[in-house]
Amino acid sequence: MRFLVIDDSRAIRSLIIRMLKELGHQHAEAGNGREALDIIANNGPFDAALVDWNMPVMTGIQFVEAARAKPELAGMQIMMITTETEVERIQQALALGATEYLMKPFTREAFADKLAMMGLDKAA
Amino acid sequence: MADIKPDDYEWIRQFLYTQCANDLGQGKEYLISSRLGAVAREAGLADISALVTSLKARPLGGPLHQKVMEAMTTNETSFFRDGHPFAALEKQIIPRFLSSNSGRPLRIWCAASSTGQEPYTIAMVLRTNFPDVANRARILCTDVNATVLKRTTEGVYSQLEVNRGLPAQMLVRYFERAGANWRAKAELRSMMDPRVMNLAVPWIGIQPQDIVFLRNVLIYFDAKTKREIVTRIRNTLAPGGVLFIGGSESILGMDEGLSREQFGMSTVYRRAA
Ligand SMILES: C[S@@+](CC[C@H](N)C(=O)[O-])C[C@H]1O[C@@H](n2cnc3c(N)ncnc32)[C@H](O)[C@@H]1O
Ligand SMILES: [Mg+2]
Repeated sequence: MRFLVIDDSRAIRSLIIRMLKELGHQHAEAGNGREALDIIANNGPFDAALVDWNMPVMTGIQFVEAARAKPELAGMQIMMITTETEVERIQQALALGATEYLMKPFTREAFADKLAMMGLDKAA
Repeated sequence: MADIKPDDYEWIRQFLYTQCANDLGQGKEYLISSRLGAVAREAGLADISALVTSLKARPLGGPLHQKVMEAMTTNETSFFRDGHPFAALEKQIIPRFLSSNSGRPLRIWCAASSTGQEPYTIAMVLRTNFPDVANRARILCTDVNATVLKRTTEGVYSQLEVNRGLPAQMLVRYFERAGANWRAKAELRSMMDPRVMNLAVPWIGIQPQDIVFLRNVLIYFDAKTKREIVTRIRNTLAPGGVLFIGGSESILGMDEGLSREQFGMSTVYRRAA
């Protein structure tokens, strides 16, 4: 599967990318929502985007809204991976079209479980 | 932590076997060190050897014995563990129960429910897909470990626990924040019927069950205990009732009176109707 990892923290991006590699997946990365949309515009859609909430330029939730406004991205799943853990936040993200939600900090098992739940467990 | 003396190892092995039929086998010194080190420290004892000496001097069944037994059980679990058993429950097992049933309450038993993620998963499947059934269903939750069972009563889970296997939709629908943790709503908690119970001891007073989850616990028993438990479970199943075991477990050769059925990736064992 092809993943787009979107987080303003380089350290967190590498951590997520390492887990993806271990699971046999491919990836691209972006430091904010705007950058992510550009990458998608140039490379076509990904199977899934893994998106932080708090980022400069364009936040994760703005990215979800922008991506869901594009019919050609309808098949791309979106999982928020964030320190935002209030019920209202999770509801908001789901209502705007996020498929799943993982709260930081998280374990490797939790990450792999979420991908499996989303049907994204098959290697690329 | 110093090495574990063979005598102490043997005493702990025997103790576990009599308390909960868990068969430690040989070569599990690392497990004893990692799990009982903290128990010893907490009790102000220098090491495992001092812990065993202290246990021998006290009556069985006291709080220290309890702590040791509980520390030695493996309570690993997660919401929607393995996924497919709950799909089979939703798509096949419950619809079939409903089509062949006069409307009596569904009886479900989680026979080694640990910290409760398994019974809460079942409760969510029922509430979401079969609200009428959920209103009348009670889930019998049993475990030999009273401390983990208490968590089923409380229904409180850490962020790390709800992150594992629980779909976000279910989290926001069925849980509310409790400080840094998450607490199952009353509509789920009210379905739980938790009781401390050792599966290795013949039970009385458990009503015939329509569905039994006996997952990831048989692995801790020797063949004889396993066979006895499977036989008693079979006798506790209502006619037509079904048994789920863990994905890596087998009851081959112990399944007299049960027929194997395959639902997608799930194997279930059914008692003749
Ligand atoms: C690994 S957990 C399995 C939890 C859950 N069924 C699952 O599959 O995720 C095993 C549980 O079995 C319990 N257990 C071990 N021996 C038992 C016994 N003799 N009677 C009842 N429960 C027992 C342990 O306390 C532990 O909570
Ligand atoms: Mg951030």
